[in-house]
Amino acid sequence: MLRQFRYRIAAFFAVIGPGFITAIVDNDAGGIFTYSQAGARWGYLPLWTLIPITLLLIVTQEMCSRMGAVTGKGLSDLIREEFGLRTTFFMMAALLFANLTNVMANFAGIASSLELFHISRYITVPLGAIGVSLLVVKGTYDRIERIFLIACALYAAYIAAGIMIEPNWEKAMVSSVHPVMMIDPAYIAMLIGMVGTSVAPWMQFYLQAAVVEKGITAKDYKDSRVEVIVGCIVMTVIAFFIIVACAGAIYSREGPRDITDAAGAARALEPFGRYAYLLFSAGLFNASLFAACILPLSTAYTVCEGLGFPSGVNHRYKDARIFYNLFGFLVVAGAGTVLLPNFPLIDMILLSQVINGILLPFILIYMIVLVNKKRIMREWTNSRAYNMVAWTSVVLIIGLTVALAGITVRDLFAG
Amino acid sequence: MAKNFTYLTELLGLHVYDLKGRRIGRVSDAALVPLLDPVRVDRLLVGGGQWARLTVRYDQIQSISVDDGIQLRDEKLTPHHSDEYMLRAVRDLLDQQIIDSQGRKVVRVTDLTFEILSIDGHDELRVTEVDIGLRSIFRRIFQGALSFRLVRRIQEIIPPHSIPWAYCNIIEPDPQRRLRLNISTDHLEKMHPADLADIVEELSPEDREAIFAVIDEEIAADALSEVEPEIQTSILESLDPERAADIVEEMAPDEAADMLSEIEEKAAEEILDGMETEPEAEVRELLEFEEDTAGGLMNTEYVSVHEKATIADGFAALRGNEELLDTVNTLFLVGADEKLVGVVPLGKLFSGAEDTPLADLADETVIHVNVDEKESHITELFDKYNLMTLPVVDEEGRLEGVITADDIITVLRER
Repeated sequence: MLRQFRYRIAAFFAVIGPGFITAIVDNDAGGIFTYSQAGARWGYLPLWTLIPITLLLIVTQEMCSRMGAVTGKGLSDLIREEFGLRTTFFMMAALLFANLTNVMANFAGIASSLELFHISRYITVPLGAIGVSLLVVKGTYDRIERIFLIACALYAAYIAAGIMIEPNWEKAMVSSVHPVMMIDPAYIAMLIGMVGTSVAPWMQFYLQAAVVEKGITAKDYKDSRVEVIVGCIVMTVIAFFIIVACAGAIYSREGPRDITDAAGAARALEPFGRYAYLLFSAGLFNASLFAACILPLSTAYTVCEGLGFPSGVNHRYKDARIFYNLFGFLVVAGAGTVLLPNFPLIDMILLSQVINGILLPFILIYMIVLVNKKRIMREWTNSRAYNMVAWTSVVLIIGLTVALAGITVRDLFAG
Repeated sequence: MAKNFTYLTELLGLHVYDLKGRRIGRVSDAALVPLLDPVRVDRLLVGGGQWARLTVRYDQIQSISVDDGIQLRDEKLTPHHSDEYMLRAVRDLLDQQIIDSQGRKVVRVTDLTFEILSIDGHDELRVTEVDIGLRSIFRRIFQGALSFRLVRRIQEIIPPHSIPWAYCNIIEPDPQRRLRLNISTDHLEKMHPADLADIVEELSPEDREAIFAVIDEEIAADALSEVEPEIQTSILESLDPERAADIVEEMAPDEAADMLSEIEEKAAEEILDGMETEPEAEVRELLEFEEDTAGGLMNTEYVSVHEKATIADGFAALRGNEELLDTVNTLFLVGADEKLVGVVPLGKLFSGAEDTPLADLADETVIHVNVDEKESHITELFDKYNLMTLPVVDEEGRLEGVITADDIITVLRER
């Protein structure tokens, strides 16, 4: 009896990691900026989008983790096996570029968050890059995952910062469940941006690979699903506090205004005391560093798997040269561009949003096709009702991301 | 490489012409019938044109050339139907994983290389190599977009990476189909169990199960004990309980007990019930001990002789335990009631005359631990006294089992 109970607990803890980490890392430098901007410009109004966003996230993430658990193969593996090399190659090339700009954005986040503490980026960014590399080269997957889970806990900084601002809780609660639509291009762009940053191509690959790496099988899948759902909810809770903090500190006090980066949001928190400001900046640093750790690793892993090269930190350099070189390239290029004085970083980040927008529809459609193949998913395919929900979500996400890509392209040319 | 060769990617574009030079269609797949010949392409599948899918048998082909296509010498083609005995290059190999038993790796097939042989005045295709790596990826992407000649010329600058067909092991989960395709496990069984374990870890659960279901029990046991713990449990749980029991029987009892304590009690019980009485009793006894104590670490297989025994008796006892000789390095002296009185390193048996009492060769002090001794203290003892083996006794001092250095290495690596 006792043994049975211990087994259950152990089984649950054995699956913790992938879903949680993926959802949390989704709140990276780009995500935090989007949420801060939404709060600063529109106050508590955008909060209602968080519940639908959580549902969209859960639907996509659940399918990925299920595929990982049932097939024991990564998403890029499955795409390669079912759709051939050429498709995989172009998908991987686009993913590589989109993720590279994501890495840049996060190294920029490291730089700007620590500049709030008056530390020069010429010190912090190289140190960050070295730290990221050492962690990955010296660590085993288990140990890396443990460090990542600790980093997840540090996101509580945002919850603390949000509470210190003493926002209008009543308004926040009402706005969370009260949808408001306005035919205002800026408002719609904001809504699209929020969805666009929440469901990103890299997440699908990372989550599925992590589920496989962890050895989660169809049998443990129930626990894994709970973990994915909890992860998505926690991610939304953090997003909620970021929006609330910026709504309370900026929108309610100074009226609606645009901020230029996430560090700008931190600065706006300064009148509420040193701690709120420090917590917000520390949260941004943690999130940027965390994403800067995961993205290069996950990208190198995904690309190598899809193209059939040996991959994974458990290999030595000699055995997985392409994997390590790709990882090194992402870190060096990602960190290096932040240090170049005239590098058009903002344009690159906008461009990556466009590529994400183009890539995501393909990935989501491939995912639904794969998850419905009896031959690979056996009895674990989607039910008809689930398929309806999944297709609706996918169509919605596709519509919104394509629109986001469109708006970005327009801005790129207009600006 | 043979002068006259072609790649699968080239073959797939070739036109097939009948006796009058009329175009019948393009090659859509190439199939081997391994029961007849393990390397010869037995059929070509021809699709498109005005006919439905047709099969061309190898002896119906006159000539094969990358420039001029495939000329037939017999045009009584049959429609394609049952292909249970066929290993189809595109469907079963391309983009799928295979095991390279020479390089001891799991690799993904990007292309195949065929030799074009002229036999009795007509051409036949033989598979020579499976192509992996960058050169074949380049070929896959550009074949069709550029001409064959150009692709061949450009690819020269990329180093080739191929595996001889003889070392390629196809993974087929369906046991019926394994027989039909004549897939042998010889190559896998000749590998070192630790290498086989590494390979198995990279495969999907279904493929792992397929391998453990068919390879020799003893080799399966050796490989299974080298596999990571989470994967061990998933393999054990997926196998048929009787087959699992057969494999567990072949394992060292301490490893078997460790593994069974990790899986669900019901599954463990089924496996235990399927085992022979003697190993089952040993494993059950070990299962009673806590995992991180001497009892949980120890092995119950050892060689002991009476305290008054001579060197000759010692040799006789060893000869009576042939199956333990691979690993045993110490002889234990026991008194009445199996009480431990001395330890003799095996090498010392060669230092005296046949009638020398073993007690004279025994170490001065007998270092031993109780069954409930903690793991951390045991590792300290191994370090402090430079032990290779450590006897474990019960409360009355009776010899219960022995912990060996390899158990300690596993413990330390897991920290």
